[in-house]
Amino acid sequence: MRTPDFDKFKPTRSSLAARKRTDMLMRVLIYAAFLVAVIPLVSVLYTTIVHGITRFDWYFLTHNMRGVVGGLYPYGGILHAAVGTLEITLGAMVISVPLGIMTAVYLVEYSAKKRLHKTISFFIDVMSGIPSIVAGLFAYSMFSLIFGPGTVNGFVGSAALSILMIPTIVRSTEEMLSIVPVDLREAAYALGVPKSRTIVRIVLRTALPGIVSGVILAIARVIGETAPLLIAAGSISSTNFNLFSGRMTTLPVYVYNEFQQGMASCPAGSALGTDAWGVCVPGIRMERAWAAALVLILLVLVLNGIGRLVAKVFAVKTK
Amino acid sequence: MGQRIDVNHLNVYYGDFHAVDDVNMVIEPNKVTAFIGPSGCGKSTVLRTLNRMHETTPGAHVKGEVLLEGKDLYAPDTDPVAVRRDVGMVFQRPNPFPTMSIRDNVLAGVRLNNKRIAKSDADDLVEWALRGAALWNDVKDRLDKPGIGLSGGQQQRLCIARAVAVHPQVLLMDEPCSALDPISTLAVEDLIGELKDEFTIVIVTHNMQQAARVSDTTAFFNTQGSGKPGHLVEMADTTTIFSNPQSEETENYISGRFG
Repeated sequence: MRTPDFDKFKPTRSSLAARKRTDMLMRVLIYAAFLVAVIPLVSVLYTTIVHGITRFDWYFLTHNMRGVVGGLYPYGGILHAAVGTLEITLGAMVISVPLGIMTAVYLVEYSAKKRLHKTISFFIDVMSGIPSIVAGLFAYSMFSLIFGPGTVNGFVGSAALSILMIPTIVRSTEEMLSIVPVDLREAAYALGVPKSRTIVRIVLRTALPGIVSGVILAIARVIGETAPLLIAAGSISSTNFNLFSGRMTTLPVYVYNEFQQGMASCPAGSALGTDAWGVCVPGIRMERAWAAALVLILLVLVLNGIGRLVAKVFAVKTK
Repeated sequence: MGQRIDVNHLNVYYGDFHAVDDVNMVIEPNKVTAFIGPSGCGKSTVLRTLNRMHETTPGAHVKGEVLLEGKDLYAPDTDPVAVRRDVGMVFQRPNPFPTMSIRDNVLAGVRLNNKRIAKSDADDLVEWALRGAALWNDVKDRLDKPGIGLSGGQQQRLCIARAVAVHPQVLLMDEPCSALDPISTLAVEDLIGELKDEFTIVIVTHNMQQAARVSDTTAFFNTQGSGKPGHLVEMADTTTIFSNPQSEETENYISGRFG
C-alpha cells in the first residue's frame, strides 16, 4: 500500500477563485429574484392606495349602499360589507379553528401508525385542493337540503369558508405540534400528568405561537374569497348584523359588484365632477371598488399585526 | 422515604423485538442503584419499565412483574399515570418546560395535575425542592425568569427539583450527567448522595467512575450483539462489582477489555 498523496485531493487556488465567483453570481441572482418578487407586491399596494384613497374616508366607512343611485349623492359606503366580512370570517374561524386544531392533535398525538391516520391525512389533502367555488356550492346545497331551498345567509358563507380554512389549519398545526420535542411530553408524563392534560397544557401551549400564525394565514387566505360567498351569502345593499338570517355582502363581493357595473349613469344635464351637492360622479363605482379593496388590505394587515402580537406574547422566552 | 422495587422475570418487547430477557433484581430502598453496560444492552429500557415510561413508545410491552413495595406496577387495575407519581424520572437531556418560569417549572407537577396550591404553600414547596436540588442559592433572586435561560447543569438540577417536588418514592435517572460539563456533573453527583436519604435512586450511566462514586449497588447488563436481547449479567455491592466481579463478562467490561 502506498501512502496517499494528499496534496492531489486539496482544493487548488483556481477552484477557490471559482467558488468565490459562483458565490458572487448566486448572491446577485438571489437579490434579483427578490426584486422581481417585490415589484408586483409594491405595484399592487401602490395602485390600491392611489386609487382607493379618493373615496377612503369616514363617510365611506360608516354608510351602506341603501338608496344609492347612479353617480349622484348619496355616494354610498362599505359599512354593510365590512360588517359582513368580519362576521362571516369570525363565523368561519369559530367553526374551523377548534375542528382544525383537534384534528391535528388527533393526527399527531393519537393516531400514529393507525389506518384512520392515513385516511384522514388523505382527505385533508383532497380538501385543500377543493376549488373555492365548489366549497360555496357545497355549503349552499347542504343548507338548502336542511333548512329549505334557497337558504342564503352569512352563516352559509362561514360554512363555505371553513371548508377552505380547515385543511390549512390542520396542516400548519400538525407541523407545529410535531416540532414540540418528545422530551417535553416525557417530562410531563414522568410527573404523573395524564396524556390529555400534557397535550393541552404543555404541547399546545408550547406550539401556540406557531398555531396562531397558521390560523392568521388561513384567515388571510379566505378573507378575500369572492365566488363562494356570492353563492352562499349573496349580496345586499343594507347593513345586516344577523349572521344567521338574511343576505350579507362582504368586501370582495362588494368590490366585484361595483367593478362589474361599470360607469355610473348620470341624468342628462347634471353637473359632472367630484363630490358636491347635485354633482354626478361617473367613475364612482370604480372609486368605491378601489377603496373597498384598500380596506380589505388594511384589514388583513391589522389581522396580521394582532397575530404577531399574540405570537410574541406567548413566545418561548429565554431571558 | 424511599420504597423497594422487586423485578421478577421481566421481559421487555418493542413490537416483535425482544429487547430485554428475564431480568430479576431487588432495588433496595434509600440506596443508589446504578445500571451499567454497553450501548444496546437494555439498561435504559429496564429503567423505563420501572415507571412504565417505555409504554410511550408504540408497541412496547412487558412480561413479568415489577413490584413497588409488593404492589405490582403491571397489575391490570394499576393506572400508569399513578405509577409515575410514585416513581419520578430525570432524563438524559435537561428538559425544563420552555414556556414556564423557574418557579412554575418546580410547581409543574402539582399544577398540571390540576391541584390548586396556595401561594404560601407554593413558596415553601419551591424553596424546599430547589434547596433539595442544590439550586436555591443560584436562582432565588430570579424565580420568575424562564427555566431555559439557565445553564445546562442548572437546568438539569431544575429538572431534579421538578421531579422531587411531586415527592415520589423512587427517582429514576437516565444518564443525568451525560450532557453536562465536569463541574455540573460533580454538583449533580453530590446531589444524588443527598437525595438518597429521602428517595430510592436508580441511575443509568455510561461512566463507570460515576457508578463507582455515587452508587451503593451496581447492576451490569450486557447483550450478545445487536438484535439480541439484553440481559442482567450480575448485580452486587458496587465495591464488589468493581473489585471482585463474579462474571468474566463484567470483569472484561469494567477493566476495558471487551469480548
